[in-house]
Amino acid sequence: MGELRLMKGNEVIAEAAIRCGCDGYFGYPITPQSEVMETLMNRRPWDETGMVVLQAESEVASINMVYGAAGSGKKVMTSSSSPGISLMAEGISYLAGAELPCLIVNVQRGGPGLGTIQPSQADYFQATKGGGHGDYRLIVLAPASVQEMNDFVDLSFELAFKYRNPVMILSDGAIGQMMEKVELADYKPRWTDEEVKEISDSWAAIGKSPDREQNIITSLELESDRMERNNIRFQAKYQKIQENEVRFEAIDCDDADYVIVAFGSAARVCQKTIQLARAKGHKVGLLRPITLFPFPTEEIKKMAGHVKGFLSVEMNAGQMVEDVRLAVNGKVPVEYYGRMGGIIPSPDEVEKALEQKLIGG
Amino acid sequence: MTEEIIIAGFGGQGVLSMGKILAYSGVMQDQEVTWFPSYGPEMRGGTANVSVIISDERISSPILHEFDTAIILNQQSLDKFEKQVKPGGVLLYDPNGIVHPPTRKDINIYKVEGARLAAEMGNPKTFNMIVMGAYLKVKPIFPMEKVEKGLEKSLPERHHKLIPLNLEAIGVGQKNMETVHTV
Repeated sequence: MGELRLMKGNEVIAEAAIRCGCDGYFGYPITPQSEVMETLMNRRPWDETGMVVLQAESEVASINMVYGAAGSGKKVMTSSSSPGISLMAEGISYLAGAELPCLIVNVQRGGPGLGTIQPSQADYFQATKGGGHGDYRLIVLAPASVQEMNDFVDLSFELAFKYRNPVMILSDGAIGQMMEKVELADYKPRWTDEEVKEISDSWAAIGKSPDREQNIITSLELESDRMERNNIRFQAKYQKIQENEVRFEAIDCDDADYVIVAFGSAARVCQKTIQLARAKGHKVGLLRPITLFPFPTEEIKKMAGHVKGFLSVEMNAGQMVEDVRLAVNGKVPVEYYGRMGGIIPSPDEVEKALEQKLIGG
Repeated sequence: MTEEIIIAGFGGQGVLSMGKILAYSGVMQDQEVTWFPSYGPEMRGGTANVSVIISDERISSPILHEFDTAIILNQQSLDKFEKQVKPGGVLLYDPNGIVHPPTRKDINIYKVEGARLAAEMGNPKTFNMIVMGAYLKVKPIFPMEKVEKGLEKSLPERHHKLIPLNLEAIGVGQKNMETVHTV
C-alpha cells in the first residue's frame, strides 16, 4: 500500500504529477485551482526529479508552452479554472490538430464570464464538444474524489501517449478544495532521452536521425485533400477511443427502476440521494460516467431497455442530459435536475426532483 | 459510526486547522474522512467554515446541509447554523461575543469559554485547541493518542515543538466544557 495522506484535490494533482514522472508544468494562477501550482512551487520538484515548473505570464502563454514541450515528446501539463480554460481554447485546438499528448486540468467554477469562484460543472460542453474550433475531441476524465484526482493524472498521461491526444481532467472547485484520505502512488522516474526516442521517435521533434524523415509538429495543412485525410485519421482515432476507453461506475443499477446519471461532485451528492430514495422503497441506481468523452452511451442504451426513466443531475443548466437523451433515443423519459451559479444541490432536493419528475409522474 | 460536523467562526480563529486535525485523527484510526472548506473572499477577515465528516463507511456526499454537531465561534455562524443541527444533535459554542445565545430545545447545547481560557493560558493561538478539547469531551470519538497523531500529521515539522502546548490546551477545553441544555 502507498503512502496515506489527507490532502486537497488540487494538492494531489501536483503530487501525482511529480510522482508519475511528469517533465513540466506551465500555468497561471486562478481560484479555485491555485493550490496546484502553489504545491508544485513548495515541493520544488526541479531539485528532486528535474521536473520544470513555470508560472507563465498568462494562460495563453501556458498552453503554448505545453504545445512546444509536448512536441518534444515530454510529459507536460497545465491546469486552470473555467475562464482560464477559455483563454487556452485556441491552443487546445492546435494541440489536438497537431496530435500532441498532454494533460489539461480544469477545476471548474461557475460562469459565464468571470462568474463565481464556487464549484460548477458548466464546462461540460466546452470539454466534450470542443471549446476550441475544428472537429476534434479531448479524452475527458471526471474525478469524483480526491483519490481519483491522484489516480487520473498517471492515467491521463498513459491515454495521452497511447492516442497522441490531449487529455482533460474535468474537476470542480469542490473536489479541488476538499481534503480526503488519499493513497499516493509510488514514484516513477521521468523518461530518459533514450526512452523518449523509443516511445515517440515516429512523431516527436527530438532530433532527426539519418534513418528517418524529419518530424514536423503542425496543425496547418493548406492542401484540402491532405487535410481531409488528417481529419479522417483523427475521426478514426476518436472512434477507437470510443470503442476502448469508456469508463463508468454503476451503483445499485442491477434492480433499478430509475437511474440517476451524474458525474464528479454531483455524483457524490447523488450517492446519498439513492440511499434516501431506497429507504423510501424506490429502486434507484446511479450511473457515474468516469469518462465524459468517450461517453458511456452503450451502457445507457442497454439500461434504457429495462428501466422506467433517467434523471441527469448536473451543476449546470442541463448539458450532459443531451448525451443521455441521445443514448436513450426516446425509449424512456430522460429528465434533468441541476443547480447553477456555484450552488451544489443537496441530496434531499435531488430526491424530491426524482419523485416529482419521474417516480410520481 | 458517522459524525458530520460544521465548524464556523471568523477567519483567523483556526477553524480550518481544527477541522484538519479532527480529520487527520480520523485517518489515524482508519476511518474515511472529508474536509470541505468555505473558500474565497470569506477567508480574508470575514467568516470561515469547514464541514468535516468522519465515518466507518465510504462517504457519499461531502457537501452537507444538516449536521450532527455544530461548533460555533461567532454570532453570524450561530444565526446561520443553529437551524442546521439535526434534532438530538450537538451545538457547542464560545459565548464570547454572542449576544443572542442559541434557543433550540430539541438539541444538546454546550459551551466553552475558549477566548477567555486562551488568554489565561497566555497564548490566544491555543483558542481552537481549547474548543476542540471541549468537543472531544462532548463526543469522545477518538482516543487521545489518535488526536496526538492527528496533530503530528497536520502540523509542519517545524511546529512539532508546539504539540505539548496544543495537548495542554485540549486538556483545558475538556475540563472547562459546560452543559447548557440537554434533550
